[in-house]
Amino acid sequence: MRSPWFRFIVRRLIGLAGVLIVLVAGTFLMVQLIPGDPAQLVAGPNAAPEQVTHVRETLGLDQPLWNQFTDYTRGILSADLGNSFATGEPVSKVIASRLPFTAQLAFASIVLVLLISVPLGMAIAVACQGGRRRWLDSAFTGATSFFGAIPEYVFGVLLIFIFAVSLGLLPNSGAATVSAMILPVAAVSVGPVCTLARIVRRETTVVLAQDYMRTARGRRLRPLRLYTRHALPNLLTSTLTLGGLILASLLGGTIIVEFIFNWPGLGTRIISAIVSRDYPVIQGVVLVVGLLAAVINLLVDVVLGLTDARTLSGKAGTR
Amino acid sequence: MRRVRWNAPLILGLTATAVLIVIAIIAPWVWGERAEQTDYSATHQSASAAHWFGTDLFGRDVFARTMVATRPTLLMAFAAMLIASVGGIIAGSVIWVSGPRVREIGQRVIDILISYPSVLFALVIAAILQPGAVTSVVAIGLATCPAFARLTTNLAASVATRDFVSTSRLLGVGPLRLLRRHILPNIAEPLLVLMSVAFTISLKALTGLSVLGVGLQAPAYDWGSLLAKGLEGIYVNAWPALGPSIAIVVAGLAGGFIGDGLAAAANPASSRRVPKRTMKAALAAASASVPGAPPLLRGDEVVPAEDVGVVAVRGLSVVMADGTRLVDEVSFTVGEGEIVGVVGESGSGKSLTAMALARLLAEGLRAEANQLSVAGHNLLGRPPREKLAKDIGIVYQDPASSFNPTMKVGSQLTETLRVHGGVSRGKAAARAIEQLTLARVSRPELRIKQHPHELSGGMRQRAMIASALLTSPKLLIADEPTTALDVTVQADVLRLLREANTRDGVTILLISHDIGVVSAICDRVLVMYAGRIAEELSVEDLRAGNARHPYTRALLAATPKVTETSGELAPIPGRPPQPAQRPSGCAFAPRCPLAQDVCVEERPALMRIGTGAAACHALTWQPVGVQ
Repeated sequence: MRSPWFRFIVRRLIGLAGVLIVLVAGTFLMVQLIPGDPAQLVAGPNAAPEQVTHVRETLGLDQPLWNQFTDYTRGILSADLGNSFATGEPVSKVIASRLPFTAQLAFASIVLVLLISVPLGMAIAVACQGGRRRWLDSAFTGATSFFGAIPEYVFGVLLIFIFAVSLGLLPNSGAATVSAMILPVAAVSVGPVCTLARIVRRETTVVLAQDYMRTARGRRLRPLRLYTRHALPNLLTSTLTLGGLILASLLGGTIIVEFIFNWPGLGTRIISAIVSRDYPVIQGVVLVVGLLAAVINLLVDVVLGLTDARTLSGKAGTR
Repeated sequence: MRRVRWNAPLILGLTATAVLIVIAIIAPWVWGERAEQTDYSATHQSASAAHWFGTDLFGRDVFARTMVATRPTLLMAFAAMLIASVGGIIAGSVIWVSGPRVREIGQRVIDILISYPSVLFALVIAAILQPGAVTSVVAIGLATCPAFARLTTNLAASVATRDFVSTSRLLGVGPLRLLRRHILPNIAEPLLVLMSVAFTISLKALTGLSVLGVGLQAPAYDWGSLLAKGLEGIYVNAWPALGPSIAIVVAGLAGGFIGDGLAAAANPASSRRVPKRTMKAALAAASASVPGAPPLLRGDEVVPAEDVGVVAVRGLSVVMADGTRLVDEVSFTVGEGEIVGVVGESGSGKSLTAMALARLLAEGLRAEANQLSVAGHNLLGRPPREKLAKDIGIVYQDPASSFNPTMKVGSQLTETLRVHGGVSRGKAAARAIEQLTLARVSRPELRIKQHPHELSGGMRQRAMIASALLTSPKLLIADEPTTALDVTVQADVLRLLREANTRDGVTILLISHDIGVVSAICDRVLVMYAGRIAEELSVEDLRAGNARHPYTRALLAATPKVTETSGELAPIPGRPPQPAQRPSGCAFAPRCPLAQDVCVEERPALMRIGTGAAACHALTWQPVGVQ
């Protein structure tokens, strides 16, 4: 009998390969789908015919479609993503210098979101068990729906206004110091914290009513052990199955927030690339962010597998 | 369609939306001129009576510009929502209608698309097409499609399992017709909720694109581009950024409130949660001693210390928050080494009595008693938790749901020993293996390393019994231990309980609705009806059919016996009364063949008869023991 982890890893690797294929095909098609003549568009409306031809040749757009695709794929496999039209820099270098900042922002936010939303949701569910403390329940629902309705970029603006402009406490842009990270991370995290805390609160209520929680109470455990050892792994299963998507979409939030705070990550770079129609950079960033999203999903599934062995075999969330 | 249940969030959200729509319609006429009016003598002003949101660097009124921007913002969001919902519903339906293989692949692709940040997806589309209003709408619409498609397939799948759909399918209705006639109409309402949510998401995302400068292009402007322009000069004057921010927040809140309100209207029960056990639970009757009859086991007395034994209960009631008594003044004792059974129909209060003795009543229920002494502890006080954990072992009804699915069997079995007994992990495991062997669980060394779902149902219940016995408890409470099991396993589990009793002398309180189960292993039996004890009798009397209470006799008549090859089974006519509608007299009177006026008027008290006791008026006018 093989370890369930072996089959899990094999299945996930196949899945990751699938995502990679979709991403490579998608970014390749992206350039093909540009309406009209991509070469003309890239060279600019006033470019001379020779310039357009030159662009067409450098992009390889004069090649048959299949050749273009194999060239593109071969390039990706050898970590050659082409050069930026705007700066001439290799795209791989651009990504290498930008990725750490985006990853830093995203993972700090994910950790913060989990550290706040899970204990908060559990505490509210425990405190409001059996319809007690109605006021607390209403306050929680009201506050989470209020703050959850505010987009991250508006939060960013408000945070800049309060902490950078009015109080002068924290820097409003750049990534020079650790304190520069506080506001962007806060702006990215507030929305996901609200959504996830509500999910955790609902799932905790469900878990607390389960028979196995009564069994655990029958062992007269202290509340801390009861909630962390017995309730937490069970509600993590259902919470992360639902909330994993929130964590992945949090990456989208970082792109906008990076722009607001002038954070030197992939987000600000892709915006400037889109404005200047710098397709190699766009392709590269889309590829990398897509992989990052897949990695976050994978991490979520690994955590799920660690807390609940049933999810390894793909039979998740049965209760 | 059901009537809309109005609630505060829904009204608030709809009002705010209506105001926004009105602003979107009238804004260009009311504020259009002011929005374009430059005034270089009044640039970068803060909020004032003349300029509610201040002025920008050209001296233009930010409030007027925010109002004018309402129309393009809302129109674009609405258009994107339409694309997302129409595209999503079509994609979801197509995937659902296709064969199982296409459906599988389609769902996988949707999952991948959903896990991809939709903002990036929209940015890619914006990069392919020229930035602008149409591009933004298409980009956000398409980016929101996968979420919509998945929810459509999920909803369709849940509707498809309902009976009327399977029936139609059996009748040969094709998938397309099925979708159009049965599925889509039934998911219309949740889809409506979803569309309001999609509108909010689209609005947020579209504004986000404009903030990034790849949305609506100048000279046109929406809230997002106003915000982006304001952000550039936020150190000089924050109002050009704050003004559109306020508008975005108001619109977002309106959408959020409508979503919350619709969800609450669709599911009104979610706000008042009552524990399920309470709903299912029991019936009751109040106690009043009959004058003249020799009272036995009176609720207001206390058992003298030397007679307490393992369980001594006097006047135990289980009360709901509203004061309804589900168990009503029950009194009994269990002696050392005894096996006492409690039988009754579901709702008779037998399980609640057991859970009150285990101090494990559900949230919202409370136990009251004059005396509640269990395994040497006074449960009316605060007994030390580690002693309680060790002295009371519990076997629950459903072994499948009573084990924690995320923990290994071994850790669950040994938890009390490790946490309260200070026994090391290794020693605890050795004792668990020993106890599992006694419970005839095969390969115990392997089992303790497995998760509950890897064990069979019967094996899980044997492990549960081993778990309860592991701490050498003074009392074992078995709450319907065989109900969830196959008949073949039932006898095995009962044998285990009996063995534990003869081997270790453990006292057992066995709860069951099955009079056959109880008579198989018990020494003494309590029969409960409507929250009270109807009769207490020895198992010999029960087996011999020497029951005194008409309810016990009716129960016996309704139970098949293996020894009797023929004979009619007599079901008991009528149903037990609900706790709220309990009569002032005997609760069984409406179903009792012997009932007379006194039964309806006065409650019978438990009276001693031979070695047992019964609560029945008929015993006072009928010679005892006559069948």
